[in-house]
Amino acid sequence: MVEMPEIDLEKCDGCGLCISVCHCSALVMVNNVITVIETEECGWCGECEAVCPLEAIACRFEIVIEERYDGS
Amino acid sequence: MAVDMEFLQSIPYFTGLSPAVLDLIRKFIFEKTAERGDIILFEGAPSEALYFVASGVVKVFKTSAEGKEQILNIIRPGESFNDVPVFDGEPNPASAQAMGPVVLYGITKSDLGTILRDHPKVALNVNMVLASRVRDLMSLVEDLSFRHVTGRVAKILLENAGDGNGPRPRLTQQEMAAMAGTVREVVGRSLKALEEEGAIRLDRHRIVITDREALRDMVEAYY
Repeated sequence: MVEMPEIDLEKCDGCGLCISVCHCSALVMVNNVITVIETEECGWCGECEAVCPLEAIACRFEIVIEERYDGS
Repeated sequence: MAVDMEFLQSIPYFTGLSPAVLDLIRKFIFEKTAERGDIILFEGAPSEALYFVASGVVKVFKTSAEGKEQILNIIRPGESFNDVPVFDGEPNPASAQAMGPVVLYGITKSDLGTILRDHPKVALNVNMVLASRVRDLMSLVEDLSFRHVTGRVAKILLENAGDGNGPRPRLTQQEMAAMAGTVREVVGRSLKALEEEGAIRLDRHRIVITDREALRDMVEAYY
């Protein structure tokens, strides 16, 4: 399973701005509902989130600490 | 080209105008299209028209000598850009780029002058739009010049990294901006700065803290 941007359908009004800026066609309109298609092509650019006027789309970052080989 | 009257009325420049006046204004409008990545306006170039986004999204940005980009505004349908050079006659203060396919409605500088002379209500609307723009830009200036956002973003990353046990919170740039008391655009710039310093690595949907000590130093240096 590929992590993908999340859409809050309660907030989304289907304006389609996110689709217009998506570089990898990961967002499509299906029966007037914005739908996310899983794809490795999504580079998490965050432009869909940036352009959404209703903050209905979220590109969440997991924050992790890289363990060093010395264990520190 | 058919300029939709209802859409025209929704543009802040033209709110409160009668259908007859809107119909007159409609005659001055020309349409322009652009594809993703097209530069619509170049910073420093002379400018001849004001644009409204009819569909799609445009970003307005400045680029530093080192090539760093600072987004000033994201322009959505109904909103305008390139207002300033059209009114002061100076070159474009920023560049504008299509973030996807866009349709723009344009009005030339001279036609806008005619509209303002004949319809003072439009001038009052322009005052409102420009005042709102100044307010937004003052807020951005405050963030960029006085607040040490990078340190606060570093602190947020350290506080939300988790210890590997249990679920970690997952944050959007918008949420980090709200936590740091700034705007999303400034968080994006701060993350890039932290990556350039070697403290973090942006790995698609992960922010990997590669040097915890360096990140702590950032908090102390900037906070």
